[in-house]
Amino acid sequence: MLDFLKTLIASFQDFLFLAGRSFLNILKRPHYYDDVFLQMDIIGWGSLPIVILIGAFSGAIIALQMARALNQYGASSEVGTIVSLTLVRELGPVLTAVMVAGRNASAIASELGSMKVTEQIDAMRALGTDPIQKLVTPRLIATTLMLPCLTVIADVIGLIGAYLIAVPLLKLISGGEYWTSSWQALVLNDLGQGLLKPFVFGIIISLVGCFYGLRTTGGTQGVGRAVTEAVVSAMIWIFVTTLLIDKVFVGL
Amino acid sequence: MDAAHEPILEFKDVSLKFGDTWALRNVSLDLKPGETRIIFGAAGAGKTTLLKAVIGLVSVDSGDIKLFGKDVTSATETDLFPLRARAGVLFQEGGLFDSLTVGENVEYPLINQKSNRASSLIGADTENLAKDALRFVELEQTFSQFPSELSGGMRRRVGIARAIVTEPPLVLYDSPTAGLDPITANTIMALVAKERDVRNSASLIVSHRYQDGEIMSDFRYDQEQEELVALGDGKDTALRERTKFMVMKEGSVVFLGTKHELEASSDKYVQKFIRHGDE
Repeated sequence: MLDFLKTLIASFQDFLFLAGRSFLNILKRPHYYDDVFLQMDIIGWGSLPIVILIGAFSGAIIALQMARALNQYGASSEVGTIVSLTLVRELGPVLTAVMVAGRNASAIASELGSMKVTEQIDAMRALGTDPIQKLVTPRLIATTLMLPCLTVIADVIGLIGAYLIAVPLLKLISGGEYWTSSWQALVLNDLGQGLLKPFVFGIIISLVGCFYGLRTTGGTQGVGRAVTEAVVSAMIWIFVTTLLIDKVFVGL
Repeated sequence: MDAAHEPILEFKDVSLKFGDTWALRNVSLDLKPGETRIIFGAAGAGKTTLLKAVIGLVSVDSGDIKLFGKDVTSATETDLFPLRARAGVLFQEGGLFDSLTVGENVEYPLINQKSNRASSLIGADTENLAKDALRFVELEQTFSQFPSELSGGMRRRVGIARAIVTEPPLVLYDSPTAGLDPITANTIMALVAKERDVRNSASLIVSHRYQDGEIMSDFRYDQEQEELVALGDGKDTALRERTKFMVMKEGSVVFLGTKHELEASSDKYVQKFIRHGDE
């Protein structure tokens, strides 16, 4: 038991060390801009279709479920308010992050893991390149910049999805009422947490992916293990931090 | 002592433990310019770890490692970059970057270690130097291919080209012939001997194959005939003297000597690596 705790704390310490170094590297030369743009393309542009799909469906599902619940209280006109608050505060950031974690934390872990087991990371160090500077920092920057953008897109698409259910399909309220109520429901607090979350999740997804990738051992089997560990821990951390952020923002 | 006799690599009482197993146990060695050291040992005897420790890719628990007179054990990663630029490495799997072409792979150290490379190479056309290195390993035609398109033996040869493109005074070879058929393995070893005799570099060669050591000890590359020629008895003793064998067991060095001494050894473990050391 004590050994287990020791390894857990030691890996967390390693993780913090990696995080610290990759953040410091943002300010240090050399900067690998090409890699940053390449990763932004892979993570941002590449995740767009799935994020749009998930956004639309989650908006539509909330609208459907809420329509029934709100009807019981005769409050079906509030559907815009409910949808926009749930999406912007919680579901938009979390669902987008979960999708990107599944898609990119795994891709990062497997790419870096394969590089580790084929000695490419060692070769990089032997040839005078800092692997954290070249591999981790660009992924950190790219994910942290792209995830908030993807989240905003998911939010908007979600609102459109909910609109399609609430207005043309169920005819709960008029289109004008829907958009006004959903817009007016949002205050600075909602937008603040809605944008802070993806920013933090971006850091988590990229660093967790890189961390498990870089500590891969044991050949191709090890790569598979690293991918699983990366996705599972990234998701756990997404839910833990969203709770922490909620706790802070509820008190504001 | 003149510079030519100063060791370029020195291990003093170096130890490293992974959990309960010794990777290196009180290892001491020194290597002078132009010398060749062939390291035999069973899997897990610490051979790869030893090579990686030379350029600080793994940090050791105790002891001193000096590379080109500079302390490796206490150096930071940034301090190590200029030292690493003077030591070429061939990794066991080749260690080629999948995302770059063969040409870019070979050019990589030239571009990346710009400030550290030998003065003769400063300002030179890196693409042509990379092509020269590929010509050296007879793979010029693969310049714009990707490593994944090459066979295992070809990847190993590209790895050699990348290791020697900066003309380093020391080259480290990690199992250059592992997993290759005997013909390809001999081609690779001929290149290793060619690099030694053309550029006069020192080398540390980790291997399982006794023949690899035999090639290094009994042959030299003839530049006029462009092939390996056997050393006659009694001739070229200097080359034989410069080629030493080291056998490792569970992290310790259990044997160090010339080929004749190796063959004369009565140690059961050491004998395992003679003749029938083929994989």
